[in-house]
Amino acid sequence: MSAFLAEHSLIATSIVKTVVLLFLVLTALAYLTWFERKVVGHIQSRWGPYRVGPHGLLQPLADGLKFIMKEDPFPIGADKFVYFLAPLLSMAVALTALAIIPFGPQEITLFGHTSSLAIVDLNLGLLFLFAISSLGVYGVSLAGWASNSKYPLLGGLRSSAQMVSYELSLTLSVVGVLLMAGSFSLRDFIQHQQGWTWHFLPRWNLFAGPLPQILGFFCYFVAAIAETNRAPFDLAEAEQELVGGFHTEYSSMKFAMFFMAEYANMVTVSCLATILFFGGWLSPFPVAGSWSWTLYIPAAVFVICGLMLIWDGITYTTNIGKVELVILGFALTGVGVLAGTSFAISFVQGPFWFLTKVLAFLFIYVWVRGTLPRFRYDQLMAIGWKLLLPVSLANVVLTSLALVVTGR
Amino acid sequence: MMMILFFALAAIAVAGAVSLILQKEPIHSALSLIIVMVALAGLYLLLGAEFISAVQIIVYAGAIMVLFVFVIMLLNAGNEERTNFSRMAAYIGLPLAAVLGAGLVYFVGRGSQQVANPEVVTDVTRPLAMMLFKDYVFPFELTSILILIAILGAVVLARREGDSE
Repeated sequence: MSAFLAEHSLIATSIVKTVVLLFLVLTALAYLTWFERKVVGHIQSRWGPYRVGPHGLLQPLADGLKFIMKEDPFPIGADKFVYFLAPLLSMAVALTALAIIPFGPQEITLFGHTSSLAIVDLNLGLLFLFAISSLGVYGVSLAGWASNSKYPLLGGLRSSAQMVSYELSLTLSVVGVLLMAGSFSLRDFIQHQQGWTWHFLPRWNLFAGPLPQILGFFCYFVAAIAETNRAPFDLAEAEQELVGGFHTEYSSMKFAMFFMAEYANMVTVSCLATILFFGGWLSPFPVAGSWSWTLYIPAAVFVICGLMLIWDGITYTTNIGKVELVILGFALTGVGVLAGTSFAISFVQGPFWFLTKVLAFLFIYVWVRGTLPRFRYDQLMAIGWKLLLPVSLANVVLTSLALVVTGR
Repeated sequence: MMMILFFALAAIAVAGAVSLILQKEPIHSALSLIIVMVALAGLYLLLGAEFISAVQIIVYAGAIMVLFVFVIMLLNAGNEERTNFSRMAAYIGLPLAAVLGAGLVYFVGRGSQQVANPEVVTDVTRPLAMMLFKDYVFPFELTSILILIAILGAVVLARREGDSE
């Protein structure tokens, strides 16, 4: 058995990494719905989910159970094959894009095969990502068409037009970063951003390099929100006009797949924003010298959160909360203590900072949704073609100019 | 391993192409064409042409075919109909297709001994960019102007009579 594994170590490692990543990502996606409802709830002076489990922590489980148990009706006259294909396609494309995201600088060795903290490390990582995400529009448009119903069709048409328009600005907005790094590999992007200006400002692409990529980041983030069909660009599912948009006729697990695809796309886009503009897994502090205490930040964050959870659990009103929150708190504290040991401390840094930045972006996503009203359709098209496209083109020209002038 | 992948992708591409012709629903035909495009991208990847493979998916599967699907959805195109003429085309077309296939098999089979293993290039993007934007920059820009003219022509043709500025 071990000889077989050693011989096919590449395939075995890939399978193990894929399974682990899928498990983590699908769990994270479920809890992202909880996170979003909680944050939007508090923005609107509500509690958000509160009844299922302490602080509504078991809500994703209840939702999942409901999705599985629900009746799965099939609209009359719908195209059966395409109707089933559309949610699968959405979900498959959204999850495949996550395969090339590197979560940390370290290498892990499994079955005698050393590989990085990503499922694959492609030379053309960014191009691959764009290629995969350009296929995502089919899930939405085909779902709208196959439902044989007017609201989904309109929603599908709207969102395909929107995604095609914004893909252009999305792709152009990262060209500046591409030119500065001189590579397509996501790993190279991050390594390019190492170092500090004036010993305290990290050389992240957002505020360093020949030309700070502030314009590029602005275009990227606006286009990314539109590309993932999120508020304020969620015209595809404008409730007041189109019921549910392209997924009106879908229910049960097929609807859940669209939902998960949307959240997976949000995660991908946030990961890419972190990698391209915010230094990926690099810590915002210089690690050497008098700043070496920052190495203990991950451990401290986990321990403090864990202790707060334990305290909250002890004073919680329901009995299940008293048990669950305390257990969770102890688990978090344990992880924190483990992260502080000399064995794990350097390994934890990369993933910790990476995931922290990604979580910050996801929070901004939800924040934007809770704050801004939806754009009108003509405004949406005007923003895409008359604002974002010229600005991102100007960014490409300015960055190339700056590169030529500084002679890099 | 490469051999298995090659034959799998080739089979998918051919099956997609056949299904493209045989499907009656226009959307199904478009989907079959997308399958062909993605399978071709996989074949390019096997040849080591990563850049071409990614661009194949971005441009053909991700942009052009989206427009196809979009237009089919907008026009709500109905099922294809079998007419006397299309049956007649089948009687002539099938033997011709057989002749073409036989010819291809014969010539490709005869020529296969002369094909050497191409050397594997790792950095494919840089030479490609040098060629496009340095050596052949003039024809390249000329092509883009040609496409621009075509777009303008389409806009002019599509504008209704009597539309003012």
